[in-house]
Amino acid sequence: MPDSRGQDVRHIARDQLVAEVRRLRDEDGFNVCVDVTAVDYIAFAAPRDLPEDIEPERFEVVVGLLSHSKAQRLRLRVQVPADDMTCPSLFEVHPGAEALERETYDMFGITFEGHPDMTRILMPEEWEGHPLRKDYPVGTIPVQFKGVSDAR
Amino acid sequence: MPVEHDLLREADSVLRISEAEAQTPSEVPADDQTMIINMGPQHPSTHGVLRIMLELDGETVVRSKPVIGYLHTGMEKTGETLTYMQGGTNVTRMDYASPLFNELVFSLATETLLGIDEDIPPRAQWIRMLLCELNRISSHLLFQATNGMDIGAVSMMIFGWREREEVLRLLELITGLRMNHNYIRPGGVAADLPDGWRDEVLRVMDLIPPRLDEYDTLLTGQPIWRERLQGVGVITAEEALALGATGPVLRSTGVAWDLRRDMPYLAYDKLDFDVLVGSYGDCFDRYAIRLNEIRESIKLVRQIVDQMPGGDYRIQDRKVTPPPRARIDESMEALIHHFKIFTEGFKVPAGEVYRAVESPRGELGCYMVSDGGGRPYRMHIRGPSFVNLQTLPHMLKGGLIADGVACISSVDPIMGEVDR
Repeated sequence: MPDSRGQDVRHIARDQLVAEVRRLRDEDGFNVCVDVTAVDYIAFAAPRDLPEDIEPERFEVVVGLLSHSKAQRLRLRVQVPADDMTCPSLFEVHPGAEALERETYDMFGITFEGHPDMTRILMPEEWEGHPLRKDYPVGTIPVQFKGVSDAR
Repeated sequence: MPVEHDLLREADSVLRISEAEAQTPSEVPADDQTMIINMGPQHPSTHGVLRIMLELDGETVVRSKPVIGYLHTGMEKTGETLTYMQGGTNVTRMDYASPLFNELVFSLATETLLGIDEDIPPRAQWIRMLLCELNRISSHLLFQATNGMDIGAVSMMIFGWREREEVLRLLELITGLRMNHNYIRPGGVAADLPDGWRDEVLRVMDLIPPRLDEYDTLLTGQPIWRERLQGVGVITAEEALALGATGPVLRSTGVAWDLRRDMPYLAYDKLDFDVLVGSYGDCFDRYAIRLNEIRESIKLVRQIVDQMPGGDYRIQDRKVTPPPRARIDESMEALIHHFKIFTEGFKVPAGEVYRAVESPRGELGCYMVSDGGGRPYRMHIRGPSFVNLQTLPHMLKGGLIADGVACISSVDPIMGEVDR
């Protein structure tokens, strides 16, 4: 199994993610989904540390699993291409992924298919853009005031 | 053990409608018996700016949804623009009731990426543990204060704040600041413990236990308090695990899971303490766990004070450690070295890691990606409050609005960490 600084990491194809997480939960004891997040690799300066059979894509969804019985962690990394920004939702297997997937959608614009409530969670609903993408600039946004119709 | 998640979905506790839909209630497909109201974001019991959309049938909560983001300031994005040395000042402001845990998890992730996590001097690790346990005490005391106030025991607010202030003075003595310390840094801590720290810490540790007994007299055995909390906001262990809950919320359901014991970091495996669990998963269990975790933390602080090793308080690795202040005045190289570390920052080898610690609210994680530069390529904080808030609709379902206040309080969310 490939590892990153001694931590267990597994690379999973997008269409196998849900089945694999379900198998890990039911058979391998990874009973908690601790974290779901993403990384935008568009400006990554170093070579990507991917196995040979994995095609690097712009986005990567990172799922953190935890096994209470074995006191082990496992990290799943899923490549998501920029021209098809979807990923199957883990909600059916771990309902706790709901808020984390909404955050990932809000910050990166990755749509989780099968998610019951794919809406923004931190940014305002009418916000445009996804702030944690690398092509989203820092500190150049004019402050948006709402509902001031009779400004003097 | 396969978990029956279908139960959670059938329970239908979460009100999955948008804010816009909530503002025009006529379009909401709810039957005539229920109405939707907003609680917060400006509400005394919402711990900052938490808003909850409640679907009510009379006074009974049917479905609900926490609406968050009012404190969102893009701290993960900010983290990508700061060097690893500056990053501590950013993360420490996330969970402002337990800032030292944020600094700790950030530092651990950075050190793991650097590959120096095994080389941190023992004294630095024990100082980190000392401060974290003191911080856990102050955070849980803050919970006692706000929880008491939410339920209506207003004198408890004054009591909790009084004891928390004692601990904060201790933190000020050691770190120089009451909050947002930036004291735990990659490579160790910012400064050694000051003269007289031992006596001062022990004085406060002697002072708090009798006060905790007062809390017991005031609250724990009191019938009104028990009536307000017992059997309110119940969640099961299966639900808590499925929803990713951690910390006292998970332990209240009887799952004995504490990262300090089960996946030890720093030197927690050398200490003796108990993991406290509840039996019913109700608000009273969560209150009692936090109260008794203060006692456990006092036990831990006493052990740490007894066993505090000597030696250096930070790693002597020229790559990450700035030169001593006195050297800067006499050596040009030291001046340049200091200047480089604080302007460019140190370079961290490319890679990605996840480190987690047990904060007062649960598993606080940091996922960090480096591309070999002086700033994190991606810095993600997994906030325990953020995930724990998902249990709220399941706690509220079927209860009264007044119990909702108790439930929100018992999750102990810190909105700075939820919204980041």
